[in-house]
Amino acid sequence: MKRTLRVIALALVAGAIAFWAAAGANRGWTKTRVPRKIVDEVTGLEGIQWQNRFVPGVDFLGAALLGAGVLTGISLFIPAKSKGSKNQNKQ
Amino acid sequence: MKTKLTVLTLVAVAGVALAAPQTFDFKDPKGINNAGFKLDAPLESINGSASGVYGTVAFDPENPGATKGKITVATASLIVPNPMQKQHMLGDKWLDATKFPTIIFESKAFKNVQTVGDTTTANVIGTFTLKGVSKELTVPVKLTYLKDKLSERVPNQKGDLLVIRSNFSIKRSDFNINPGQFEDKVSNAIEINLSIAGASLK
Repeated sequence: MKRTLRVIALALVAGAIAFWAAAGANRGWTKTRVPRKIVDEVTGLEGIQWQNRFVPGVDFLGAALLGAGVLTGISLFIPAKSKGSKNQNKQ
Repeated sequence: MKTKLTVLTLVAVAGVALAAPQTFDFKDPKGINNAGFKLDAPLESINGSASGVYGTVAFDPENPGATKGKITVATASLIVPNPMQKQHMLGDKWLDATKFPTIIFESKAFKNVQTVGDTTTANVIGTFTLKGVSKELTVPVKLTYLKDKLSERVPNQKGDLLVIRSNFSIKRSDFNINPGQFEDKVSNAIEINLSIAGASLK
């Protein structure tokens, strides 16, 4: 159990970093909308069209690190299985 | 004599009518009109735009210096990429969109008017109202008059277009938006970029 929690914590951090990097390594806050420029051919005006898209930011990384920290913290309070207890169970 | 007077009156009325400014409506059916804004603070840069732009401008192609108008932006139409930031921005501690639903610029006079072809540049003196505070501002504008171009933009409608572009800067402290607070994250200077087109139907 102790080991499982630590593996999950590690996977959470690694997965979050990989997702953040793959989404463009945004060093600002997480975005749920991104602007896209559109040009009106008649007037030459540049308009902005907002598209719904999730772009993770540093707060996303922070949340993942916090989650991993909590899992690691919980794992510290779980007693490790001793060889003696294993033998007792077998008997 | 009576006939002459009637003809003269008609000519005078026609002259006044021809010289009268056209009214351009800036409610854009294509949704291109927007007011962009940028706050570049040391720790954070915030970029957004507002799409709820409307208003009217009276423009006379023969006398662009006499242009008058009022452009309004719906405060609730301001968008930034982060949903939490948007919620804070429109909340009562910042713009208070519920209490102050509009941002308005109303022109009073045009100065340094220069016209080349269909394009006029000028400095507009007007009143900018944000969060209930009104300040007189002088902002540079570029007006482009596009005669008979409305049908190319909006099918089945005939008329002229007036394009207005303007870049200017305001200070949020001048408009009672958390003056002196959080300036490392939300800069005091707000760069505004207005790009709008209005239509005058014939």
